[in-house]
Amino acid sequence: MIKEFMGYQRSNGEVGIRNKIAIISSVVCVNHVVQQIADKVTGAVPITHPLGCGQFGPDYSNTLNTLIGLGKNPNVFGAVVVGLGCENISSRLIAKNIMKSKKPVEFFDLQEVKGGSPAAIEKGIILGNRISEEARELKREPFDFSHIVLGLECGGSDSISGISANPALGIISDRIVKFGGTSILAEFTEWIGTEHLLIRRAIDRSVAEQIHELLSGFLENLKDLGINFLGVQPTPGNIQGGLTTIEEKSLGSIAKAGKSPIQGLIQYTEKPKGKGLWLMIEPSLDVESMTGLAAVGANVIAMTTGRGSPCGNPVAPVIKICGNPKTCEWMAENIDVDVSSITKGENSVEELAEVLWLRMKKVLNGEKTQAEKLGFNDIAIWRNTAAPFQYMHCK
Amino acid sequence: MPKQIDNFIIMNPNDNCVTALKDISKGSQIQIKESSIIINQNISLGHKIALEDIKKGDLVKKYGHSIGIVTEDIKKGDWIHTHNLTSQYLKEVVKI
Repeated sequence: MIKEFMGYQRSNGEVGIRNKIAIISSVVCVNHVVQQIADKVTGAVPITHPLGCGQFGPDYSNTLNTLIGLGKNPNVFGAVVVGLGCENISSRLIAKNIMKSKKPVEFFDLQEVKGGSPAAIEKGIILGNRISEEARELKREPFDFSHIVLGLECGGSDSISGISANPALGIISDRIVKFGGTSILAEFTEWIGTEHLLIRRAIDRSVAEQIHELLSGFLENLKDLGINFLGVQPTPGNIQGGLTTIEEKSLGSIAKAGKSPIQGLIQYTEKPKGKGLWLMIEPSLDVESMTGLAAVGANVIAMTTGRGSPCGNPVAPVIKICGNPKTCEWMAENIDVDVSSITKGENSVEELAEVLWLRMKKVLNGEKTQAEKLGFNDIAIWRNTAAPFQYMHCK
Repeated sequence: MPKQIDNFIIMNPNDNCVTALKDISKGSQIQIKESSIIINQNISLGHKIALEDIKKGDLVKKYGHSIGIVTEDIKKGDWIHTHNLTSQYLKEVVKI
């Protein structure tokens, strides 16, 4: 196969499009330390979050596995994991699991460092710099697109996304799949009302049944809890943007995933079991969704937005695509690919898909996205044990 | 295939609504095939307009699929939104 982009080879065979040093908080209490270490180490990104302590059962596993997954993401060269010392999601546990991917990983707890936070920051910078020096020796090499794991995301949607940016992204998702790569569609509450169409694309009966069980089971749970989904989706912003019902929103939303067959469903922290298009069980908050996509190995995320979104991710570059002419002008600094000429009637979806493809290839080769330039490293871990979701884990 | 007509887009030939691609003033006209439609309200970018009269209980179609069930009679040229359309899937399929 022709080598198509320049990436970073990882020891486990995966390929990164960035070469980052992840500075990871095991627990909320050390976020300030992690942030300040990341500020001082070349190529470092902070992975901070409000969790890590007093969690148990599936909630504990989900947070732990998300942090491990982020460290294992192919865009990460190595990691420094910082804990406080008394939490159950320990720095050691996270680090030992990231090490399984044969990356350089260091870890320590703040309570073990004499001198408190300032000393811990200094220690983290020394450890981070050591890994960073090693990272800079690794050079980009040519790879084919089968190494791409594309995360599909939409946020701040209006009814323009469904007719412009989403179908354009769908063409690119199909292309990655055709080249032997992987594409992942998250945000299952935005598939509701399109179940009949998704089921037709399932590779076999078992996958079709899983899609049905997920969506109907979720809505049954809500009903049992006395929650009316009509008041949840579409969101107030969606409605202002012209989306009236969940099925209208979902029809536009699933257009991001093109027409490829659906290989299966994966859990929030579960890697796809093969190439092709996968559905990830995740409830539809942009940052939770992108955190999950990065934690299961997405090396690039494409996010369409109608009303405008600034969000980024510390390990996977986020490419913003917008078809709303007003937003493209108003929030130009947050948009990577302006596809509003579709909306203005000047170009076709197919033509703008090519513009997106050119930009995506540049991003794969190292060109920074707007969210990267602005330094946005958003992390939110889905608490998938909240009441409506607790019976939904895949069999 | 979606078809663009002036400042509107119709996503599928079977649809009974169009989407405005810019803000449209009340009284504007849209020419679709032999039929001329007068827009009955001011319409914002991204919002939908009825291509024909749609009775209460009937479906609005966009992308060639139902996007909901009509809750009060809609006249040709009317703005279609939450005041006259609700989810058919949630109402009939899962009975929420």
